[in-house]
Amino acid sequence: MIINNVPMKGLTSEEYEKAIKISWKPQLQYAWDNGIGIGKYLASLKEGMILAAYCQKCGRIMLPARAFCEMCWRPTDRYVTVKDTGVVNTYAICHINWDASRLKPDEPRHIPAVIEIDGASQGQGILHILGNVEPSNVKIGMKVKAVWKPAAERTGSITDIRFFEPY
Amino acid sequence: MGYRKVAIVGAGITKFVRRAQETGPEMAYLASKMALDQAGLKLKDVEMITLGSAPDAFDGVHMKGEYLLSGAGGNNKPYIRNFVGGGTGVFAPIHGWIHVASGACDVCLVVCSEKMSSCHPHPQGAFLTIFDHTTEQPLKPTLIWIFALEMRRYMETYGLSKADVARVAVKNKNNALDHPSAQVAEAVTLEDVLNSEVLAEPVNRLDISPASDGAAAVVLASEDVAKRLTDKPVWIDGVGWNLDTSYWATKDLYYPRYVEKAARMAYEMAGITEPHKQIQVAEPYDPFDYKELHHMEGLLLCERGEAARLTAEGYTARSGNLPTCPSGGALGVGNPIAATGLMKVIEIFLQLREEAGKRQIPGKPRVGVAQAWGDLMQVGTVIVLRR
Repeated sequence: MIINNVPMKGLTSEEYEKAIKISWKPQLQYAWDNGIGIGKYLASLKEGMILAAYCQKCGRIMLPARAFCEMCWRPTDRYVTVKDTGVVNTYAICHINWDASRLKPDEPRHIPAVIEIDGASQGQGILHILGNVEPSNVKIGMKVKAVWKPAAERTGSITDIRFFEPY
Repeated sequence: MGYRKVAIVGAGITKFVRRAQETGPEMAYLASKMALDQAGLKLKDVEMITLGSAPDAFDGVHMKGEYLLSGAGGNNKPYIRNFVGGGTGVFAPIHGWIHVASGACDVCLVVCSEKMSSCHPHPQGAFLTIFDHTTEQPLKPTLIWIFALEMRRYMETYGLSKADVARVAVKNKNNALDHPSAQVAEAVTLEDVLNSEVLAEPVNRLDISPASDGAAAVVLASEDVAKRLTDKPVWIDGVGWNLDTSYWATKDLYYPRYVEKAARMAYEMAGITEPHKQIQVAEPYDPFDYKELHHMEGLLLCERGEAARLTAEGYTARSGNLPTCPSGGALGVGNPIAATGLMKVIEIFLQLREEAGKRQIPGKPRVGVAQAWGDLMQVGTVIVLRR
């Protein structure tokens, strides 16, 4: 059975424009509960601190804070504050938006990074963005520090840290 | 371990396209009908059906399994949808294997149908909720972030250049010129890939597979039934799957250890102890070019950090010692998520039967492996086939 002919050809852009279509724009909203572990994590961010969870069985200090250790499958033993500095594990320089539309030439580039936070166990990274740095100057292994919003503007969100910058 | 032998006895596939006129169920029907025709079976001969399809958000249809039911021939039969993100296309035949190997049925139809083009302005948007809603989504991530982050980490770990990685895209897009389903086959050069638009450094446009519509299907049969139906059954010798932590930023992104665990599970079942010697053809999942390298290493087909060099040396070309993605892969044939993985399984099926036409690799391959990957960079699904 050598497969040489397969069905379907695909619509050209012109054919697609002409085709009768039904469209729907969902008007849904969700409100996500923070839960126990992340609730404490967010409350801590509001205070200008990064909170991790400690499991005395495996000895890991885990980020973000969590109610149970997924490796030992037991409750974590206590929450511990870690530093607001860390090391860039990897990064990207992004030129597009979420919908694949392109950033304008003069718009600042997004620099997402995985940052291993000092004071947590090795390899415990979080996703955040880098700022106050030329994209071409970013390096893996670079030391970075959180730049916090002023206390009055913090709401208990990951964006209470505006970004991480080299120090 | 008491499993019954299971063979693939027929395969069907549609063309992979940017925008299909056909609906998801219509695509599922076309692929399923072709697979049954090839196997010499009627729908009434099919006892159970498993259906793979990726996020409901692509179609904007909840209960997508039920939506695709009729096209997959599932009415009034034991039918179920399975889903592990991008790993679905190889998990679906594993799921079908469970049905037959367990003795629950003798004939199982496996269908994967994916229509991404319904989602506007871009199906990438459907992926946003894979990021944690509380700790990550407020940072306004785009899907491509995670690939760029992982690719950078992989390149940095082994000191690889963009060209080292881009050779995969060149190989696969050229291989796809011989695949009748191909959406983005192109005789591209290394310069074309390196000079294509930069989307999220280090990822350029031609490093990435496209969004696609398409469907694929295979028929699985127990040993007795398979031997009655065909002189050339292709046996499912081993299956494996594994999921790593959803705290994706806490694992080292340079190596997919969950793929290795899935591969070891499949190899143990198949009695494979030296994969690089015992496997003659591979279809690692290649939604991005670096992923093929990543997955060759996770599949233990070469040493860690060696995949790029082997690619440059032609080791993975169709004429090489271990051809990878002779189909053209997701990078060349296209990437209708769940259907892509099953397309890869079908490619190994055809290669082992020496029915891959212009894509046929030399040397009468006996053992091949197909693999898919997905969710939040955390699932590996692996299937070993033998003729």
